[in-house]
Amino acid sequence: MTLLANNENPLFVHGVSWMVLLIVVIQAVVVFGALMISVMLMIWFERKVISDMQSRIGPNRAGPFGIMQTLADGIKLFFKEDLQPEQADRFVFKLAPYLTIIPAFLAFAIVPLGGEVTLGGHRFYLQLANPPMGILFLLAMSAIGVYGTMLAGWASGSKYPLLGSVRASAQLISYEAAIGMTVVMVVLVTGSLTTHDIVVAQATHLWQWNVIRLAVVPFVIFFIAVIAETNRPPFDLVEAEQELVGGFVTEYSSIRFALFFLAEFMNTITMSAITVTLFFGGPDGPVPHLGGFWSHLLWIVPLLWFLGKTIAFLFAFVWLRGALPRLRYDQLMDLGWRRLIPLSLGWLLIVAGFITGGWWGTGLTAAVVVSAGLIWRAAIVGARREDTQAILTPVGRRLWRRPGGSLPQAGDEGSGDGADEVVGGLDARGGAI
Amino acid sequence: MTALATVLLWATATHPTLVDAGTFSVSAALVIAGAIGVIVARNPVHSALMLIMTLFGVAVLFLLLQDPFLAVVQVIVYAGAIVVMFLFVIMFLGVDREENLGAEKLRGQRPTSVILAAASLAGLLILGFVGHWTLGAPHVAGPDTGAPNVNLLGQSLFTTYLFPFEATAALLIIAVVGAVALARRPGGEQKVVDAAPGPLAPELDPASRFVVTPPAPGGNEDAEPSGPGNQNGGDGS
Repeated sequence: MTLLANNENPLFVHGVSWMVLLIVVIQAVVVFGALMISVMLMIWFERKVISDMQSRIGPNRAGPFGIMQTLADGIKLFFKEDLQPEQADRFVFKLAPYLTIIPAFLAFAIVPLGGEVTLGGHRFYLQLANPPMGILFLLAMSAIGVYGTMLAGWASGSKYPLLGSVRASAQLISYEAAIGMTVVMVVLVTGSLTTHDIVVAQATHLWQWNVIRLAVVPFVIFFIAVIAETNRPPFDLVEAEQELVGGFVTEYSSIRFALFFLAEFMNTITMSAITVTLFFGGPDGPVPHLGGFWSHLLWIVPLLWFLGKTIAFLFAFVWLRGALPRLRYDQLMDLGWRRLIPLSLGWLLIVAGFITGGWWGTGLTAAVVVSAGLIWRAAIVGARREDTQAILTPVGRRLWRRPGGSLPQAGDEGSGDGADEVVGGLDARGGAI
Repeated sequence: MTALATVLLWATATHPTLVDAGTFSVSAALVIAGAIGVIVARNPVHSALMLIMTLFGVAVLFLLLQDPFLAVVQVIVYAGAIVVMFLFVIMFLGVDREENLGAEKLRGQRPTSVILAAASLAGLLILGFVGHWTLGAPHVAGPDTGAPNVNLLGQSLFTTYLFPFEATAALLIIAVVGAVALARRPGGEQKVVDAAPGPLAPELDPASRFVVTPPAPGGNEDAEPSGPGNQNGGDGS
């Protein structure tokens, strides 16, 4: 396949006719419906998988395997009373759920779902929209999504939602930087911003997939940042039940609550799809050679590849939720600002060096990045040395910072050599917490 | 939504100029209404929301000028980052309560502002009619070769305008470093690892920077983040 010189959708090449309009409208309606249904199935899937991981049965009443549980919940939420706190800012309180759900819908529009399809003489992509700014549209939409969370917490007029929303927005802003950086790497190797070109550039060979072309690290950064961006465990500090009741949704009830929930799962699906698009070739995969009648149905195969890859990532999301404990807030910020962003910046430099200067450029940039890291590390160690007069092992340093009074004094009962002291001290500290 | 898109598509195909004019007037109205709203709204959070509306209108205007890249960057940077920061500060500092618009803090500020606004509008209009001072020269990045906008923008940014670009970046860095230097308590960070083993210094624990202390019962309400509860109800704007 060759890259399209312009970003025109082949659908609009011959002008806009009623048939073209009909195709666009049908696409929009089908994508909308499919997204709604997949959200429904995703909620069920998550509950079932989590139940299996926790040795529970999970939803099993509504429909076969409880598959209609989400529908039942949705209907119930629809008919519940819609409460609004007296202290709430009425207009913003009502606005916030829509600010969350509309970007979640729109972001999915740029995902290429399949290859090309010809219908009634019109060639078009299985993709709702292919705007020239492409993947940047996703970043813009997730930037708007922040407002929904932020304003929901603020407009509730109560403390816990406000704390939740402040956490959420800080988290989103922090991890957006890492996401943007990895997206830049993909755009660099593709040479185009549109999702269609990104997918086309990865087609035909497994080693053309960006996950391999960019050597895995950007994908890992992107995936971690995406989990944080969608507020899913282990980054779900926004709605940490033990600390914040329900986070920014605490005061929401009935259908408004359902809208937030819907948007969250929709974001999960969108982000899985975007991960597949950016790093795993989107709908790319082997297509069987079939003749006759079956050749008219071959367009389904890329769609199935896309669905399979997306479901694999959705499972990974659920898996991480079942497997990992929640991070502390300082760990979250530490991971975002001090690990992911420097790493992605360094990797971006190396990728840029490779693209401009081949292996020489890579080597040079890598050397610069590594030596800068070494100098930085040395500076930190040096600064520490000034403070403590000694470079201590991690265990020793922890001993140094313990609360006063808990330090085992020399000559205490049972304290033998130094190693025992350290272990005992750590135990004491662990017990205190 | 879909119906609207249908109508728009049909109209684009048949009456392109009409659609341009329509889009322009709608987005211009959004921009102006938002700008007025920023000033008129009593609650700072509402002002920030109005500002977002203005920025969106400007983004649509960029789209109308066939520059989707600038439109999206407008949304990402201004609406997505800067106004979020505004809101952050508004919520955290607890200044999100209604202001009395009737009070004049400076004597004669209203007449002065009206005169200044009229003068600058007149100046802009005159400059716009006289030359390219306000509207800018067409095709700064070179003639329209049909290449994607992003390429042209990047090329001119990193060749012709490299120095202003780097100078702006340096200015921003200086501003950030300055803000950090101002916000940090003097001598706060350096003594975190005390010679004497003591309790965890509050500055040492990174989590404490993000922890918002709950309000002391009957304490002052200035420092705590506050919801919209401080305002009168019935504000439907």
